[in-house]
Amino acid sequence: MTQAEIGDYFLAERLTSPPPREARPTTPRRRRRPRFGRGIVLAIAALYFLVPLYAAMDFSLKNIQGHFSLSPLTQIAAQPGFGAAVGLSFRLSIVTLVIEMLLMVPTVIYVHLRLPRFRRVMEVITILPIVIPPIVLILGVLQAVRPYQWISSSPYLLAVVYVVLAMPFVYRSLDSGLGALDLKTLVEASRSLGSGWISTMWRVLIPNLRSALLSASVLTLALVFGEFTMAQLDLWTTVPVWIYNSSSNNPHVVTAVAMMFLIAMWLVLTIIVSLDRTHRRTKGQTS
Amino acid sequence: MAFTSSLDTAASPRGVEGRAITGAGASRGSFLRSLRTFLPVVPFVAYVALGLGIPTYIIATLAFQTRAGQFTLHNIKVITSGGQYLLGFETSIKLAFVTALIPGIVGTILAYSIAQSNHEAFKRVLAAASGVLANFGGVNLAFMFVASLGPAGIATAWLSHLHANPYNHGWTLYKFTGVALVYVYFQVPLMVLIITPALNGLRAQWREAASNLGASKWQYWRYVGVPVLTPPVLGSMFLLFGSGFSAYATAEALTGGTFALTPIQIGSILQGNVISGQENVGYALGLGMIVILLASVVGYALLQRRTSKWLRA
Repeated sequence: MTQAEIGDYFLAERLTSPPPREARPTTPRRRRRPRFGRGIVLAIAALYFLVPLYAAMDFSLKNIQGHFSLSPLTQIAAQPGFGAAVGLSFRLSIVTLVIEMLLMVPTVIYVHLRLPRFRRVMEVITILPIVIPPIVLILGVLQAVRPYQWISSSPYLLAVVYVVLAMPFVYRSLDSGLGALDLKTLVEASRSLGSGWISTMWRVLIPNLRSALLSASVLTLALVFGEFTMAQLDLWTTVPVWIYNSSSNNPHVVTAVAMMFLIAMWLVLTIIVSLDRTHRRTKGQTS
Repeated sequence: MAFTSSLDTAASPRGVEGRAITGAGASRGSFLRSLRTFLPVVPFVAYVALGLGIPTYIIATLAFQTRAGQFTLHNIKVITSGGQYLLGFETSIKLAFVTALIPGIVGTILAYSIAQSNHEAFKRVLAAASGVLANFGGVNLAFMFVASLGPAGIATAWLSHLHANPYNHGWTLYKFTGVALVYVYFQVPLMVLIITPALNGLRAQWREAASNLGASKWQYWRYVGVPVLTPPVLGSMFLLFGSGFSAYATAEALTGGTFALTPIQIGSILQGNVISGQENVGYALGLGMIVILLASVVGYALLQRRTSKWLRA
């Protein structure tokens, strides 16, 4: 091919391919097609995720005559052992949250501020709890504390292990929350105005991390209130273990309990995610 | 190992500085300085070592012991010489693989569909839903599926109105495909949760640049979108593999412990449902799971290294 021929070739191609201007009017149509596809994807997903929920609702709330009634919900509190199980799960979740935050918040802030190269190590370490199977982990823990009666007989041993389980979610949440802040400027400003580390943390960083902390907390709560394997092997009747044990006695009420917890968690998380958005938007307007 | 090498690189610039100043005193000073630098992360590292390292170590040593505490390879032989335990590993790996691959792809498409939406409220509701559902499992989940796709379930009834009752075609909720279908319920939300940050990392500028250069939509995905997303998608699938492989409560509740998965076998050995004296075989099974999962973590870490280059540039 000579130079001229190559030139002709390109020219020909340019002539045969439609000029870009003409493509413009078709863009609205092009846009609509993926929206249609997206609709199908979301509809199938909705079907898959909602049918089992509906089935469980139907099962728990329909009485023998086939009418919906809310009476199973009113019976929940009267179930034997339910109050104790909720109390235990609640106390475990508080202890887990406190240890988790005291351990992770200062560490992650420090790593972001002073030791960014340690972040990759943290990423890998905080993945480990996902991949060490809970059933294996709890066996090892029970073996480890076997000689120490006062630890192995305490329900709070579970909280100590839940801290490890919640680490992946909490770390990721804090990491992305801190990534969105101009951490160095905030800390330098606070320090140069004369505040110490504690008040910098408490009055500057924590308020700025509010949404990350909230979502980390809720994911931790969801985990503690949903964890079954470890609680069962450690022989403590938390809410999921109670559900498992009493599902044969009164399946309708127990299913109602399970659904209530699921919906409550979902509502709380939705509110928290919304708080995050409104916060960000007002910030955008003022700046 | 990955940790130590990262630690080394983290510490080395200071070390190099110290050596440049010359003299043993200077390098000792830099050692103290780096010690002080790492001091605040000590509680975290210690907690992980105590809460994760020691239990894992104990499982690993018990796997090589008899009940009386003597060294033996018997347990390892029992689990690797065929029979139910090897079958358990095989089924577990297959189940974890299938419920990582398909929910991985579906979750990515779903997360993209959600991320592209302009309705903020809709996005918020779905983000919250995936956070909750990713942690959902166990008895409640098993029960929801029994109520919908069990032999007397609602969806089964609908399908049989359409003359497509799956139970007439040999399908059952309590075997492999049934359990896999149930796992999808927490695996897809988990994928949406982990992959969304990577999808947000797809810059609008890349798409604009591609279209300015005359690329079609297909070409954008073929040469930009898919190559950039492949490492994070594969990395997230490793996580799904781990989560599917270690899931215990859901399959236990769904099949009443009859489905031959390694975690279920461990559970039944340790709860004394099997002839006593087998506890250490249970620990050996646990060790086997850890070995398989560690391999997947190493894969994840390697992929993560490749991804971060793109997303943090």
